[in-house]
Amino acid sequence: MTDLRRDTRTRVMQPARMVGIVGYGAYLPRFRLPASEISRVWTEGQSSLPVQEKAVAGPDEDVVTMSIEAARNAIMRAGVDPQDIGAVWIGSESHPYAVKPTATIVAEAIGAVPHTQAADWQFACKGGTEAMQAAIAFVGSCMSDYACAIGMDTAQGRPGDALEYTAGSGGAAFLLGPADKSVAVVEGTYSFVTDTPDFWRRSNANYPQHGQRFTGEPAYFRHITSAAERLMDEMGTGPQDSDFAVFHQPNSKIPGRVGRYLGFTSAQLEVGLLAPEIGNVYAGSALVGLTAVLDSCDPGDRGLLVSFGSGAGSDAFQLRISDQPLDFPDVVPSTRDYLERRTTIDYSTYTRYLGKLALE
Amino acid sequence: MSTIQDVFVIGTGQTAVGEHWGISLRHLAWKAVKQALESSGLERPDAIFVGNILAPRISQQHNLGTLLADFCGFRGVEAITVEASGASGGAAVRQAMLALRSGEIGTALVVGVEKMTDKVGPEVTAALAAGADSDWELVQGVTAPAMAALIMRRYMHDYGVHRDEFSDFALNAHYNAQANVDAMFRNGLDLKQYVQAGIVASPVNIFDGAPDADGAAALVLSSEPGELRPGLSVRVASSSLVTHTLALHDRRDVLSFEAARLSAERAFQQAGITPDQIDLAELYDRFSIYAVLSLEACGFARRGEGWRLARNSGVGRNGQLPISTFGGLTARGNPGGATGVYQMVEVTRQLAGMAQDNQVAGAKWGLAQCLGSSGATAVTHILDGTNRN
Amino acid sequence: MEISRHWRLQQQRYGLLGEKCNHCGEKLFPPRDVCPECTQDSQELYRFSGKGEVYSYSKVFDPPAGYEGTAPYTMALVKLEEGPLVTAQLTDVDNDIVEIGMLVEMVTRKLREDGNRGMLVYGYKFRPRLK
Repeated sequence: MTDLRRDTRTRVMQPARMVGIVGYGAYLPRFRLPASEISRVWTEGQSSLPVQEKAVAGPDEDVVTMSIEAARNAIMRAGVDPQDIGAVWIGSESHPYAVKPTATIVAEAIGAVPHTQAADWQFACKGGTEAMQAAIAFVGSCMSDYACAIGMDTAQGRPGDALEYTAGSGGAAFLLGPADKSVAVVEGTYSFVTDTPDFWRRSNANYPQHGQRFTGEPAYFRHITSAAERLMDEMGTGPQDSDFAVFHQPNSKIPGRVGRYLGFTSAQLEVGLLAPEIGNVYAGSALVGLTAVLDSCDPGDRGLLVSFGSGAGSDAFQLRISDQPLDFPDVVPSTRDYLERRTTIDYSTYTRYLGKLALE
Repeated sequence: MSTIQDVFVIGTGQTAVGEHWGISLRHLAWKAVKQALESSGLERPDAIFVGNILAPRISQQHNLGTLLADFCGFRGVEAITVEASGASGGAAVRQAMLALRSGEIGTALVVGVEKMTDKVGPEVTAALAAGADSDWELVQGVTAPAMAALIMRRYMHDYGVHRDEFSDFALNAHYNAQANVDAMFRNGLDLKQYVQAGIVASPVNIFDGAPDADGAAALVLSSEPGELRPGLSVRVASSSLVTHTLALHDRRDVLSFEAARLSAERAFQQAGITPDQIDLAELYDRFSIYAVLSLEACGFARRGEGWRLARNSGVGRNGQLPISTFGGLTARGNPGGATGVYQMVEVTRQLAGMAQDNQVAGAKWGLAQCLGSSGATAVTHILDGTNRN
Repeated sequence: MEISRHWRLQQQRYGLLGEKCNHCGEKLFPPRDVCPECTQDSQELYRFSGKGEVYSYSKVFDPPAGYEGTAPYTMALVKLEEGPLVTAQLTDVDNDIVEIGMLVEMVTRKLREDGNRGMLVYGYKFRPRLK
């Protein structure tokens, strides 16, 4: 075990050739369940509400369909031939099949098959950024020019549990490619991982278990702050160098708290903070926040993306937006378009859509 | 044309349409067959043609031709099943016509039989929907009523027709069914009930659609004239089966039943008469909109105007063109592959003056037309009760 | 389960992959071996844009087996920009806002599932255009 206080080696990862985001796409389903509905059903309205509402997948949606749409958005923005995509990697903790890849279905649908890598990733809420790191390595080592990394979830929470207020549906897809074709270059990335059992779901369980307050300090805070500080430290940057910072968003407040602890201002955090409107979309949480940033950032902006996955670990990325104004065809829905497309549902409709009613 | 053998209906039989929980498929068929044979005086047909759709799926029974030949006491007789979705009954009659007209056989027994109730609920809905294109329609979750609804909605849009304008078809059918002891719905229907009815597939409500049920009907056809009543014989003046696209979306014109139009056109040509000479028509009114499009396809109404014909009792027994004279599919009920045979039985009884309280006075020419797969297959027969022969 | 039946149509179902007739130029969906317009049998693959408009629609309250989970749902005939009509469900839509002529776009969604253990079948549906 390394003594972190004495570790002076370079830990930040940078590929042999520089890699960046050449296209990105968000997806959020249209249904919203207000947190007040859950409170009404389970606590007679007495509980405090960690988010305003959460995004809920419709009955014909799952991680496959949502990933397909996000990936199509990313490909359309990038203008890349899907046949040039060398990997389709999807991080999620709600893959529709326990055995049978989500990624093959998505790769088939976006037209990337058959000359492609495809795999599913799983690391609680950081499966998506893991896929992104691997894609950076894949492109950075010249094994392929393009790789698609997706973080997407239809998050599960036990009815009545604190998690149910926030566990939402959505995520984003990123097409990684050579830096010179990118809208945002990945300047460096770093991962911080320990065995911390703050949250888990056993193989055949319907809902996850969590350590309640144990999920805070030793899990979320420690991993995010360690990852962010080490990355900035080695890159020689600080919060003042960032125009934006996006952290994993389990609820409305915690990302702000961890951000302020690290020295970021609310202005740097607010654009990418979507949890109040969509809840915690697990593996898609930080990534969909980043899409909102990319929708509105300025040329030359710099910022930080830090995920958190229970179990536990954080992946941190320092990104620099291209100096050229982002010039995407206006055919792809923005993250704001998805946020504004909303239909409120009640708790009973929600239980039906999420298959929580025993029908057999 | 003169070399073609004439064909006559010499016997008819049918069971009540409904939920025959206690009667199996073979017993149901036998009831209709027995009646038809007795009324014809024939002891043994040269061939048997069975119209059926769902037995392989619902009763796990293929080869009804042989089953029924055996069960009805006709081992050794040629027998096959004919399937053309909702047009199966008419298609079985058509096959019998081809055989009789060729001179190869002299008598034929046609039996339409359907046993829906061996399964219930969504499985039957799925089985009935399977007349649609399985790869490109069924997989999307279409149902038979949904197909009709897609056509009806577009019809309403293109011709500016309100959905309640379709009520006259249901009202007429339910009125006529009251006097038909074999009909499924015999309580009549009023406009208020129609307007307030539950929706099956918008805009189709439960009274726009026919109830799918059990039933069997049989015909004895012969190349020799036989009297159904003293001095009364009924000749099958024409017979035509036409296909068009199976899938609704493949039609250039969704609002025209092309198969029905061509089939009727050929039937009128063969019979040497025109639509205005028809005294009654048993059309495939499985849905109100199908009755409308059938009227237009057969030349009884101009395009976009079929719905007007039902106004002011125009399709009633004393109207301009009586249809669904025993209740049609809408109220007599729709026993799937038996329906086309019921239609032939009904038209025959009208022309022979045997329709009792359902009689259309002085009927001489009648038309029976059934459709399969939302109008993809159409079978038209014109019957001649003028006793010219 | 009908694994191979659904598997062999994936390309067409996931992304509206149809054909274009080499003889008369007709765009065909679903793909066929013989062009219905000119009855010739030479076609090349053609990917449809997925844009179209509602030609007709119906909300289905009485679903067939396998589709109970999402009923009631809206069926439609969609007229694709390239010409063909397609039968498909509308999704992300409330029936009361659907109208003939409404602009829609293709999305890939779950069409059906055979219970908790069976295969998932994905394919095209249409929704009101987002952009």
